[in-house]
Amino acid sequence: MCSFCNHTSTCEGFNSLIVPYKLAPQQLVGVVGLEIHAQINSNTKLFSGSSVRFSAPPNSLVSFFDASLPGTLPVLNKRCVEAAVMTGLALNCSINRKSLFDRKHYFYADLPSGYQITQQRQPIAVDGTLTYSLLGGKKRSQVIRKTVNIKQIQLEQDSGKSLHDDLRSQTLIDLNRAGVGLMELVMEPDMSCGEEAAAAVRELQLILQALGTCQGNMSEGQMRVDANVSVHKPGEPLGIRAEVKNINSVRCLARAIDYEIQRQIEVLQRGQTVQNETRAYDSKSGETIPMRDKEGLQDYRFMPEPNLPPLIVYEDNASLPTGIDARQAVVVQKIREGLPELPGVKRDRLVQTYGILPEHSFTLVNEDGLVEYFEAVLKVTKKEPRKVIGWVTNELLGHLKEKDMSVSHSPISPSALAELLELQETGHISSSAAKQVFQEMWRSPGKPASQIIQEQDLGLVSDAARLHSICQKVVDSHPNEVHAIRNGNKKVLNKLMGLVQKETKGRADPVLVMAILQEKTS
Amino acid sequence: MSVISIAAKRGLSLKIIRPWCNLLTNSASSTRVTCLWSSTKPAHVPADLVDKLERLALVDFRTKQGLACLEKAIRFADQLHVVDTSGVEPMDSVLEDRALNLRGDAVVEGDCAEELLQLSKNTVEEYFVAPPGNIPLPTREERTAMLKHSEF
Repeated sequence: MCSFCNHTSTCEGFNSLIVPYKLAPQQLVGVVGLEIHAQINSNTKLFSGSSVRFSAPPNSLVSFFDASLPGTLPVLNKRCVEAAVMTGLALNCSINRKSLFDRKHYFYADLPSGYQITQQRQPIAVDGTLTYSLLGGKKRSQVIRKTVNIKQIQLEQDSGKSLHDDLRSQTLIDLNRAGVGLMELVMEPDMSCGEEAAAAVRELQLILQALGTCQGNMSEGQMRVDANVSVHKPGEPLGIRAEVKNINSVRCLARAIDYEIQRQIEVLQRGQTVQNETRAYDSKSGETIPMRDKEGLQDYRFMPEPNLPPLIVYEDNASLPTGIDARQAVVVQKIREGLPELPGVKRDRLVQTYGILPEHSFTLVNEDGLVEYFEAVLKVTKKEPRKVIGWVTNELLGHLKEKDMSVSHSPISPSALAELLELQETGHISSSAAKQVFQEMWRSPGKPASQIIQEQDLGLVSDAARLHSICQKVVDSHPNEVHAIRNGNKKVLNKLMGLVQKETKGRADPVLVMAILQEKTS
Repeated sequence: MSVISIAAKRGLSLKIIRPWCNLLTNSASSTRVTCLWSSTKPAHVPADLVDKLERLALVDFRTKQGLACLEKAIRFADQLHVVDTSGVEPMDSVLEDRALNLRGDAVVEGDCAEELLQLSKNTVEEYFVAPPGNIPLPTREERTAMLKHSEF
């Protein structure tokens, strides 16, 4: 049982347990709440008309407002509002008809104005849920559904980027990112370990990518996740929490959270108290290190943004005030109708359409491009989807994962795989031979299956005479086994079958061999 | 703006209500208005709070006069609590009757790195240069020593 979240042996935490000498670890469980900053996929920034791009010459995507020059004012980007509403609807939130903007003050060189415009009092969306799935159970083949509550989604500005030059003891500031629109998603502390958090974030990534509101690439900083971690005994009040930052991938997220939970448990076991602090995750060592030296809690001096009236969104066309310009109105109903197919719906559709198992559907949707690959194979082969899925989720995906490659870089194209499967289906090769051919196709990209079969003589041996002689040889050299079979132990037939296959290097037609052996041992 | 609102927030919350004009009558009818200021308690701001305010707002109260000014300002703001605002919706923006203008998502500005960099004394290859981190505000004693000869 995982000591962090009481799940049956699915968590990494289970394997990294350190036996305590005071408190039994089962008593303390982790509590995890995530804060996610998702960069809005828009052409321009939240309050200015300067461009949003990943790499560009420093300070070339900066307007006078972004540089916080006096006399500039914020003008809200309609696309950002629509993106926030779309995301809110996809996560089952209530959209606030009226939301307000505030200023959050703090001093740092990458925040030229000295404050960030955010939505602290009344954000655009509240009270949502994110449903995600974990593969659990003994063989990790059971799909376990979980939900995490979303407290709110708010629109806010991103800050610029600081590059630290320790050599010359200075910081270089690039304001290209300053003012880019962010959606901050605040989740309730409903999770209890790294695996759950990682699965939730992965699902959120898939949802945002499906909506097109955020590209979700954590390594490029398009989605930043901070974890609030604490430990407590179930039923007792929540413990003091620490914030973990500098997490650059979903995998790092799980490791960082599990490390932090473990660290806090050890602190409490030593009789000390957990500090309310910000810690940075160091991916090299796998540890969290204290980050800021906080002189008490930061006071952000929140105040209403005086330059922006309240943001009003309208439920439907009927509720629009007369004479309003259509370009000025954000209509929730229209956005709701335009929502694309979400990952959860897609998974169910695949199960319905192709008759595959939920865990296979889960694996398909979870991997970029795998659904398209699978469907491309099905177009070419007459083989049943249920027989194809294993090849895609086990053979193909296994090889890709081993080499850390994406589906788009697969050396075996969908049509090539389909050809191989057709040859297996029509009895030209056995399934074990097919696996060998697959390996060879992987090593020599572009070489068709038929060619490999010919070169390596992997074709199924169906020559009855030859099979008869091999079977006879095996039967003659194993009198004990034959005796056992004749006495009723039919399982021994499999052993003889194995020996025949060894003789034919796995190329014998198993159906024929079984029939011949049964005949010879009856 | 900030100093008053932080200080007021410490003990009491700041609420702006409308309309203001009812409170502030002109001097002609001042006999009808009692000085609300005197009905508020004198405010004493503890030393560590003053220190924190100075660091957050980068304002220096320095002299006894400065502190006295701060305390007077807090008392002035405290007048708001004399007024009964139960059941009244707070107004937090004078723009509340205006429509928020939404902009289309087209690129219309930016691409002026040269112009912006010229505003800064210290640049390195199109980056602005800043100190390695926030420079901590010197302690009270250090500040007093630094500003000893200042006329303010």
